[in-house]
Amino acid sequence: MAAEKLTMANALNRALRDAMRADDTVLMFGEDVGPLGGVFRITDGLTAEFGEQRCFDTPLAESGILGMAIGMAMNGMRPVVEMQFDAFAYPAFEQLVSHAAKMRNRTRGRVGVPLVIRVPYAGGIGGVEHHCDSSEAYYAHTPGLHVVAPSDPADAYGLLRKAIESPDPVLFLEPKKLYFSRSEADLTLPVPPIGTAVVRRPGTDATLIAYGPAVPVALEAAEAAAQEGRSLQVVDLRSIVPFDDETVCAAVRSTGRAVVVAEAAGFASVSSEVVARVTERCFHSLHAPIRRVTGFDIPYPPPKLEHVHLPSVDRILDTVDDLQWEDS
Amino acid sequence: MTRDAALLLPSTEPVTLIDPDGNPVHVGQDMPDPQALVHAYAALIAARRFNDQANALVRQGRLAVYPSSHGQEACQVACVQVLDPGDWLFPTYRDSAAIVARGVDPVQALTLLRGDWHSGYDPLATRVAPQATPLATHLLHAVGVAHAARLRGEPTVVMAVCGDGATSEGDFHEALNFAAVFRTPVVFFIQNNEYAISVPLARQTAAPSLAHKGIGYGVPGARVDGNDVAALLSVLGAAVDRARAGDGPQLVEAHTYRVQPHTNADDPGRYRSADEVTPWLARDPITRVETYLRGRGLLDDDTIAGYGVDAEKLAETMRAGLGEDTVADYRDLFAHVYAEPTPQLREQQALVADELSREEAR
Repeated sequence: MAAEKLTMANALNRALRDAMRADDTVLMFGEDVGPLGGVFRITDGLTAEFGEQRCFDTPLAESGILGMAIGMAMNGMRPVVEMQFDAFAYPAFEQLVSHAAKMRNRTRGRVGVPLVIRVPYAGGIGGVEHHCDSSEAYYAHTPGLHVVAPSDPADAYGLLRKAIESPDPVLFLEPKKLYFSRSEADLTLPVPPIGTAVVRRPGTDATLIAYGPAVPVALEAAEAAAQEGRSLQVVDLRSIVPFDDETVCAAVRSTGRAVVVAEAAGFASVSSEVVARVTERCFHSLHAPIRRVTGFDIPYPPPKLEHVHLPSVDRILDTVDDLQWEDS
Repeated sequence: MTRDAALLLPSTEPVTLIDPDGNPVHVGQDMPDPQALVHAYAALIAARRFNDQANALVRQGRLAVYPSSHGQEACQVACVQVLDPGDWLFPTYRDSAAIVARGVDPVQALTLLRGDWHSGYDPLATRVAPQATPLATHLLHAVGVAHAARLRGEPTVVMAVCGDGATSEGDFHEALNFAAVFRTPVVFFIQNNEYAISVPLARQTAAPSLAHKGIGYGVPGARVDGNDVAALLSVLGAAVDRARAGDGPQLVEAHTYRVQPHTNADDPGRYRSADEVTPWLARDPITRVETYLRGRGLLDDDTIAGYGVDAEKLAETMRAGLGEDTVADYRDLFAHVYAEPTPQLREQQALVADELSREEAR
């Protein structure tokens, strides 16, 4: 099949459909995911094709959804559950941290729980409060979970297929603002496995490290920098856990300067972890301290102010300008 | 689906079939057959010995902690005896005796409390879920296991056990609701032993009984004397049969009492008087069924002595298995976090290996 133009929402829907066709233990459930097809239509048509035993609505209770999914995964199924919005996933936190993440370890490897928790996440869509959280740090801090965040349709398809095949629980973060952006993708091409980062744009002067919704912003910044004669490399983490130290460190070593771009608040975040581990490994290759462009340490703003909070091209370029160029 | 609300209500009093003096009580509920009662009696003797031995092993420093089910053995034994081999048990930390009654190796059953690892037995091979220390969270896993089995057309029933305190947790309610909506074959079995560590039942609920909580979810509730193994076998057995027949989840509340401290670390003198405990000692679950069976010629001194010998063998197995000093392997810390360790976990394991090799070299 040749490349086609499709949205991330189309790609995710296709991944679910193909996974359910390939393996009849794959089930999809959550709130409004049945006949409605989910509030973002990611599960559109699945109940019609696979029946209500395989794609179904549940009572409105996130701990219940995840707890039941854990039990089904213990007993031979591969459930995919949808948490309707990032901030509505918090009632499931105990099930996630104390059970999904620990079951394999508690049982000395005897009981795995292969399940995927899909979370429409992050901001940039003008959503009202509790609809735009970047919650990845809570999950990434929990041993036993894989945490991934795609940034384009091809990766969304490939990573979701890999997540569903994974023997371990995967937190699958879907950047809401990218759901309906269209790009060319060939879904038949192999994608790198979970745990590998990719260089999205080559560059020689500095490295922008981003994931999920921040990747298109970083690419835009790199394009703008090129107009001004500065060559920025862009690395897309794709997978927060496991973290691809090798690719990220190789990229930073090649340029000697780096900026981490992320929507989440910067304090005690994934971005601070990236800075720490890259600094630990690449100190002697660095010409300047690694800087960050992140959301502020505030609750997610109301729609009219979210543009102030979100990493922007200008803020990224200003930060790049600040990487002690005069010293080298 | 609409259901007649009156059909969901539990009886006003817990069902008793054998009173504390060993006399049969006629309530229109079938007495289990004599063989089942004798089998339960033998299991009660073993469970009591198991509790006593585990308590002793704590005093000897062989177990880190033991939440005893002393006085609740009828619940422990009956909730397992009513299951088929293909059924599942979802126990709490206080249900080690039930796990052993289910056939799990007693030393493996106590691995968690010994501190060797978190769960010592194979849940898939034994169909016993890891003991849950968070309250009520495992009830949802029970619903998921039952629902998966039902989707495959298997006749599995899941016995999901919790205490009175757990009924205040949100996951208790979500589990009953999910089970009812999906008609999953789960028997929710509450051992109401009147205390959540120090907090009495009156501080958990203002409901007429815990079994009444089922009505809000469309789940039939039943109340049973938790120190009467005959009533427990009858009520739990009927609940399992209904769940297996496709009637959906069932809720059973057993009225019992925690005669011992919450664990060895507890001090009940700070929150209840000995006078409160004394009457419960007279309602011991073993003496009443023994009196009943002896009175009908179904049990004699020799048989009882034989069960005592079997129980002593169990205690000996526990002493031997738990008396050994085991060496915990640090590699286990990294091996089971994921199916395949991440590069970071490999690095961290190598760090420990290096530390240990340098220690050995010294």
